[in-house]
Amino acid sequence: MLTVGLTHYLVLSAILFSLGLFGVVTRRNAILVLMGVELILNSANINFIAFSHYGNLNIDGQLAAVFVIILAAAEAAVALAIVLNIYKTFQTVNVDEINKLKE
Amino acid sequence: MLQSTLDGILNSLKVFQPEITLTVVLCLILILDLILKNRPKIIAWSLFVGLLITGYFLIQQTNGLTISAFENMFLVDPFSVYFRMLIILTSIFIVMFSMMSGELYNGKRKLGEYYIFVASATLGMFLMSGAGNLLMMYLAIELTSLSFYILSGYKKEVPDSNEASLKYLIYGAVSSGMMLYGISIIYGLTGSLDFININKAFQVSEVSFLPLVAANILMLVGFGFKISAVPFHFWTPDVYEGAPITITAFLSVASKAAGFAVLMRYFFTAYYNPVASALSGSIATLSGFDWNIIIAIISVATMTIGNFIAIWQTNLKRLLAYSSIAHAGYMLMGIVVLSNEGIAAILIYFAVYLFMNLGAFYIVMLIADKIGSEDIESYKGLGYKTPFMAVVLSIFLISLTGLPPTAGFIGKLYLFAALINHQWIWLAIVGVLNSVVSLYYYVKVFRNMFLKNIDEQHNEIKFNAPQIIVALLLVIPTLVFGLYFSPLVNLAQASVSILGLK
Repeated sequence: MLTVGLTHYLVLSAILFSLGLFGVVTRRNAILVLMGVELILNSANINFIAFSHYGNLNIDGQLAAVFVIILAAAEAAVALAIVLNIYKTFQTVNVDEINKLKE
Repeated sequence: MLQSTLDGILNSLKVFQPEITLTVVLCLILILDLILKNRPKIIAWSLFVGLLITGYFLIQQTNGLTISAFENMFLVDPFSVYFRMLIILTSIFIVMFSMMSGELYNGKRKLGEYYIFVASATLGMFLMSGAGNLLMMYLAIELTSLSFYILSGYKKEVPDSNEASLKYLIYGAVSSGMMLYGISIIYGLTGSLDFININKAFQVSEVSFLPLVAANILMLVGFGFKISAVPFHFWTPDVYEGAPITITAFLSVASKAAGFAVLMRYFFTAYYNPVASALSGSIATLSGFDWNIIIAIISVATMTIGNFIAIWQTNLKRLLAYSSIAHAGYMLMGIVVLSNEGIAAILIYFAVYLFMNLGAFYIVMLIADKIGSEDIESYKGLGYKTPFMAVVLSIFLISLTGLPPTAGFIGKLYLFAALINHQWIWLAIVGVLNSVVSLYYYVKVFRNMFLKNIDEQHNEIKFNAPQIIVALLLVIPTLVFGLYFSPLVNLAQASVSILGLK
């Protein structure tokens, strides 16, 4: 019988982090880039909670996770508003096409 | 138990006055904006008065007060007070600039929210410079960033401003996410989020080296983004060019100052080695982890790339963006030496940098409102159209280069002196060579203003009295600190003490 330990959680969070970073780097759609960011934030959350639970540490880690969840929501609200405005101006949310400033 | 907790909170609230004032001001202008409906002048003046009151409470704390508030969440020490003074001074100037900015007031834009976000960014940076806990630090950085994402895209109908906002958002979100992952690893390694407890954990037990370095590089991504250090600088030129100039100036001074405060506090406190420091008389790092080498490499890359790319810029705002990257590189040199002398040099440099950089952006803003362009080409013959502003801009540019008798020279002098006193000669040489390179592109602006199109017919450009007064408020300190700098140096040397370092 396999018991789930700290290592499993750390590997899971590392995979999520890598996937998130990969998504940010490869995706061209602004919304998908933001989804990659959410994956990165949640991978850190898994770390916090896993360390707090298995390391018999204080409750700081779990508190941090709660704060990060709230912050991710706030960030998504601001980010989506900005992307919506981008769509109104450029008629696209492709981050490669929104590149007028580099001339 | 409950009584002692309550007492702790009440005592903490006493030293938290400036932040409380700022929060109250923020709520008040929010409500005032709802009631008055689009009367930006009143909102701006209320914020201005609110910032002055906050500044008053802050000055009350300049007596060397060293207290940790809210269980080490927020640290009030001379170091944080100094940085918060820089930030509040910048905010006051930014509110003044905003009231005069043509690009903000043209069009039917609602400006109430603009000032609300200026206030919330200021609050975020206040909390950054005093944060003593990784979670607090992260939340403060995010509060600042979220406000700046919105502010940089405030000219909603202008495509450039939109693009700036999106780029700042994507780079900011990714780098703060990576920093959070680094924080989670540090938490796992030490079992604490508190800087001082992290330090204790490192002193007691050996921590495996690889995760420690990985976590700190991830954290440096977040810090590097805030101070726009190479290789995390890609957002800087685009955002600085696209954002309203007032916000560009705000980002380049206050946001960078807060980033430096939090970077220095984290690295100095968490990896402080009390035994070795007592022996050597400087701030020694824990054995096996010389983080200052990483900073030295970043510093060299930052100033070199910033200065060399600035040479090819044709837009003055973009040029100043690269110049501000280069200045971050100079200031990072002060961290590398790991001593109070280095910290003091950075503090002096920041005070000087505040006046000269804000000043340069201010003149660019005024001239852009009149001639409708930020191109260096369009500055030809400007020295004859508006001699006063052209001379003032030249003083700021000379100061940014670091030539006497301006304040920029004093800033650089103390930095290089700190480097040479601690045997970092090669780094000092790189810094001096970089200053020489920077002379070239600053002089280009100077040449266009005074030596081109001399014979043409020049229509005079007029500026009103408040605009000239604000320009004087910035140019006088730039000149005075170049000649009479001992008060500034004394203040900086009294402000080096970081809580947790003996």
